[in-house]
Amino acid sequence: MAEFRTCPDTGFKIDLNADKLIKWNAVTAVVFLLVGGLFGLLVALTRWPAVHLLDADLFYLALTAHGLDVLLVWMIFFEIALLYFTSAILLNSRLALPKVGWLAYWMMLVGAAITNVAVLRGDSSVMFTSYPPMMAAQDFYMGILIFAVGALLGCLVFFATLYVAKKEKTYEGSVPLVTFGAITAAIIAVFTILSGAIILLPTWFWSLGLLSHIDTLMYRVIWWGMGHSSQQINVAAQISCWYAVAAILFNAKPLSEKVSRTAFLLYILFLQLASAHHLLVDPALSSEWKIFNTSYALYLAVLGSMIHGLTVPGAVEAAQRKKGYNKGLFEWLTKCPWSNPVFAGTALSVVLFGFLGGISGVMMGTEQLNLITHNTIYVPGHFHGTVVVGSTLAFMAISYWIVPTLWQKELVFPGLAKWQPYLFGIGMGLAATFMMGAGTLGVPRRHWDMTFADAAMGYDFPAAANLMMGLNGVAAVMGSLGALIFILNMVGTILWGKAKVPAPAAPAEEAPAAVASAATSHGSAGTMEVPGTFVLALIFLVSFVLYYFVNWKYLSSVWGLS
Amino acid sequence: MSDTGSNEKIPFMQQLLDSPFLLLAIGILSPMVLYILWGVMEVIATPIAQ
Repeated sequence: MAEFRTCPDTGFKIDLNADKLIKWNAVTAVVFLLVGGLFGLLVALTRWPAVHLLDADLFYLALTAHGLDVLLVWMIFFEIALLYFTSAILLNSRLALPKVGWLAYWMMLVGAAITNVAVLRGDSSVMFTSYPPMMAAQDFYMGILIFAVGALLGCLVFFATLYVAKKEKTYEGSVPLVTFGAITAAIIAVFTILSGAIILLPTWFWSLGLLSHIDTLMYRVIWWGMGHSSQQINVAAQISCWYAVAAILFNAKPLSEKVSRTAFLLYILFLQLASAHHLLVDPALSSEWKIFNTSYALYLAVLGSMIHGLTVPGAVEAAQRKKGYNKGLFEWLTKCPWSNPVFAGTALSVVLFGFLGGISGVMMGTEQLNLITHNTIYVPGHFHGTVVVGSTLAFMAISYWIVPTLWQKELVFPGLAKWQPYLFGIGMGLAATFMMGAGTLGVPRRHWDMTFADAAMGYDFPAAANLMMGLNGVAAVMGSLGALIFILNMVGTILWGKAKVPAPAAPAEEAPAAVASAATSHGSAGTMEVPGTFVLALIFLVSFVLYYFVNWKYLSSVWGLS
Repeated sequence: MSDTGSNEKIPFMQQLLDSPFLLLAIGILSPMVLYILWGVMEVIATPIAQ
């Protein structure tokens, strides 16, 4: 029989099994963010030409650990916590199969540990992509497989909880929009894990000597079904967080709930197909396959992103205008709580994800334009614009709400928390921008030494490329400081935070039940009069068109047809 | 999404969006066919170099 407690802050009825599993998954996620983030800093300091910190062997070891721990382990642990939160807690239900939830947790932890040990041992520096014919130690693949099965079990618990909640009628009508976004993330996660299993299982057998050969092209096609889709789980989860924060802080409703749900449906149908952009210069794959997957289908997923990017700020504007912030185009925006890290992190996540990650993704996904930047450091620039300043920042922002709420503790460093989203968001946003700039000038990704000092045929990049790689290092230090403050705040709050004192009397709209009902209620804002948001959207669209045009112009100059 | 009256017919799109397991099937089938199966068939169809 499930036991529950009622959260004094929010009014949520919380299943104690879900409570524990959310906490354990979230804390483990933050630990891996620390480990992976430190390796990331080492990578950035090595790619800073004037510093060039690590030797080649250690650089590739650090790059492998960085990719694995932040792209996969931190994200998936946090997302499993979000899946349990958006199912059991938002649906007012017990968590189904808690023992399976614990099995999932331990499998993920053991799998991540095994792979990390394999990497740190130094015989598996194959980077996150682990392309054959490079072969890692067998436990590298085994660890990822164990982790993936654990994550699949976590998804099973989520779907089983949806079933239980529906059967036991713990909610009425459709699931809340935030839960629907989590369903989208979980569906993409299942596809991701299946793709990973399809290719990593034979690769593990190959490393054990049971198979003689892995076809490199076949590996790349199927592996990217996992490698890129795993980042699409983040996108769906991060957008769920945006809607949740808008509801929690502003009692905001989307401009049109039906349209927002349809935008998530576009993700379910098309977002995973963007994996093909990694294969746009691979032989054997036809232009039809490449263009369908990265253009026609991907553009429908991009349409989904642009709908979310319009409706989240639009929802906040509508809610703020309802409160009387009607002066001019932007009073609603200036009156937002910019010193609240929950809001500041989310707002920066929306803006930076759109401008840096979104626009660059569409550019790279165009077969012809891809030639300018393929396999350059532009690609990590793009995904730092999505995974870091989009997803990680959104997860950090909602953590400032989740941790004090679930643990019922005050933040240990509230003053630092006000600055943290800006430090991290701007630092990593600049790092992404500089990487994309250097990549446009041809600087390769993953390469230890951009001077090619010991190469038989040398090549000098323009001075601007060296400058940008140096600035990338400076920006990465700034972002790492921001990440460290976040981790200190979270771990410190959990370990040493003061217990929260219940507020004596809150106004009706801030009463505990109001938060729970805002995050779980249905309906739309009931207005489309959000002129400030439309102006911001037009600025975004003009930037998008200009950047797209500039890249075609650039392509014409590097690829003469005479 | 829950404002549909009990006597009203639930629209097709809402029925679809309210069925997580159907969405799960579609969400796996769509990229499996369009991305993986199609891609793998093209790789298999590539003649081996002599």
